[in-house]
Amino acid sequence: MDQLLQHLLNTLILGGTYALLGIGLTLIFGIMKVVNFTHGELYAFGAYMMFFFAMVLGLDFFATLVIAVILGVALGALIEITLLRPLRGANIDTTMLVMIGAWIVMQNTEQLVWSGIAKSINTPFPVEPLVLGPVSVSWVRVFVFVVAVLLILGAQLLIHRTKLGKAMRATFQDRDTAALMGVNINFVYTATFALGSGLAAAAGALLGPVFVVTPTMGNLAALKAFAIVILGGLGNIKGATIGGFILAFVEEMGAGYVSSGYRDAMGFLLIIIVLLFKPTGLFARAERIG
Amino acid sequence: MSHWIKAVALTLSAVALAAVPQIASAQETIKIGVNQPLTGAVAASGNYVTNGARIAADELNANGGILGQQVELIIEDNKSNPTEAVAAAEKLIVRDEVPVMMGAWSSTYTLAVMPKLMEYEIPMVVETSSSGKITTQGNPWVFRISPTSEMEAKAFADKIDDFGIKKADFLAVNNDWGLGASDEFRTMLKENGVEVGMVETMSADAQDLSAQLSKLKASDADTLFVTTAVEQLTLVLKQAKSLGLPQTIITTGGSQSPDQLIDQAGAAADGSYHLLFFAPWFPEAAPNPEVAVQFVDKWKERGYNFAGLTEGFRGYDGIMTIAAAIEKAGEAEPEAIREALWDVKVEGVNGDISFIKQGPEGMESGQNVPAVYVVKIENGEIIQPSF
Repeated sequence: MDQLLQHLLNTLILGGTYALLGIGLTLIFGIMKVVNFTHGELYAFGAYMMFFFAMVLGLDFFATLVIAVILGVALGALIEITLLRPLRGANIDTTMLVMIGAWIVMQNTEQLVWSGIAKSINTPFPVEPLVLGPVSVSWVRVFVFVVAVLLILGAQLLIHRTKLGKAMRATFQDRDTAALMGVNINFVYTATFALGSGLAAAAGALLGPVFVVTPTMGNLAALKAFAIVILGGLGNIKGATIGGFILAFVEEMGAGYVSSGYRDAMGFLLIIIVLLFKPTGLFARAERIG
Repeated sequence: MSHWIKAVALTLSAVALAAVPQIASAQETIKIGVNQPLTGAVAASGNYVTNGARIAADELNANGGILGQQVELIIEDNKSNPTEAVAAAEKLIVRDEVPVMMGAWSSTYTLAVMPKLMEYEIPMVVETSSSGKITTQGNPWVFRISPTSEMEAKAFADKIDDFGIKKADFLAVNNDWGLGASDEFRTMLKENGVEVGMVETMSADAQDLSAQLSKLKASDADTLFVTTAVEQLTLVLKQAKSLGLPQTIITTGGSQSPDQLIDQAGAAADGSYHLLFFAPWFPEAAPNPEVAVQFVDKWKERGYNFAGLTEGFRGYDGIMTIAAAIEKAGEAEPEAIREALWDVKVEGVNGDISFIKQGPEGMESGQNVPAVYVVKIENGEIIQPSF
């Protein structure tokens, strides 16, 4: 019973960051139809910025977090304007190849700048965990969870309560009609990519101090993000949020009660099952075609 | 116009590419291939080993090289990936034409490379890998200076009472090294009357291990043996601390770099024990103190990270072993080096290096019998445990 409670608590904490990763990717995937291979690198970028400002320059941990996210947003905007804007209307394969190229360049740049050796980031939180009866969790993870939930709520509000969010949703439903109605598509695209990238950088900045920071840390994160997006249905924020928690739950329970060696396989097994029965994902919305 | 520029650029780059090997072969050197993970999941260790190899090469060259020729290390990155390790080995053999190699850190990478040694008939000194399979499957081109997991487990047997272990669980990285080590330690513990509980595994690139650790937390074992590289070990210690794991943690494999653990895991590393093959904090306690002390001094002189010494010595010992074999062979040819490796006696940092035969008759691999040490982390310091 105690073990089950601990697994459930782990699921909750892990799910929050998975959801954050998934939302960023699903926005870009759903609205822009861009298969964003740089998502994992933005995640790594957030973590490295955290390392640079907090550990190298010695800035305050919380201020660094904000800086890392802002830089992530800026880098996302830069990628959109320089790489994706010239390819607007190009074949999806072309865009995909460019994004794969960008992914390789970014990962190798990280390697060049920071070397392949893992970096660790100190946090102002106590080492002693928060003990709640039979279960315990580190303070930094509680903080990560709270911030992740706030960011998820923030993204939801932005999409559903602001004019920009309305423009994004309109573009998602039908790009051409939205453009005809006076929506500035270029701006919506840049904003979407920047927002998605910012969320990835936020996830990296939050998890960097929990784990260690390496140039290849983005690979697994991107793989999980894609899994969550497929699970939740393309372009669906609610789907990505729930998908993140479901993936965390399946991994945690799979590792805890079935086999820890197949932990990462559990998530993908789930995706195969979901795709067999609901090929558009668990929570796919109707999309206007043509 | 642009065609003209392209043509010039292409020609220039073709000339530049063609020129590189010529420059390299202009001076006569003895090439030694080094196949290590310089980037990726276990990059820290691979870089440390490579630094140790550089110290050995520079020391050899300062003393006039081998057979009157300078030593040249050709270093390739296997990117912490078995497929890349094979590609790196093939490049070293075919393009650089090295007569002998050192590598490839992880048992999984080494096992992946081994068929290439048979194919091209090139000897390789294995400096880190500990999976038993490497020296028992009948590959006469393999010479290992690192201990097998079985040797490590047997060396630990007389310390069981010191630790007072009644029941042990295992957490191992899901590869040849991790699974092999937990198998050997399990067998050894059972033989010595210790109860063996769960064996949990984790994939090499996994960062969140709370599921495995939560399961282990519920166990009634008193000791947890962990086998993985330092990066993941940092995560294990941090997450074990936050989950409040009650077990004593003992790590195996010699790739833990306790200094890096103290640096990166902080207080979470306190109270953990580590099985090592070199204890650079106490070099004078090594079997060849003068070799160990001068190696530690050179490492510090170059400003390398002290934390890397527990890995770095492997690169030094590996290159010194290869150098001794070339010297003995009298020529830098693969078959002659292989023959000579059977007769080398090297005073290494770990201890005296020489090879015994392992594996099927007629196809034996060489295996060294190295020394094993135990250290403990206490209040952010490394100490020799007093039992």
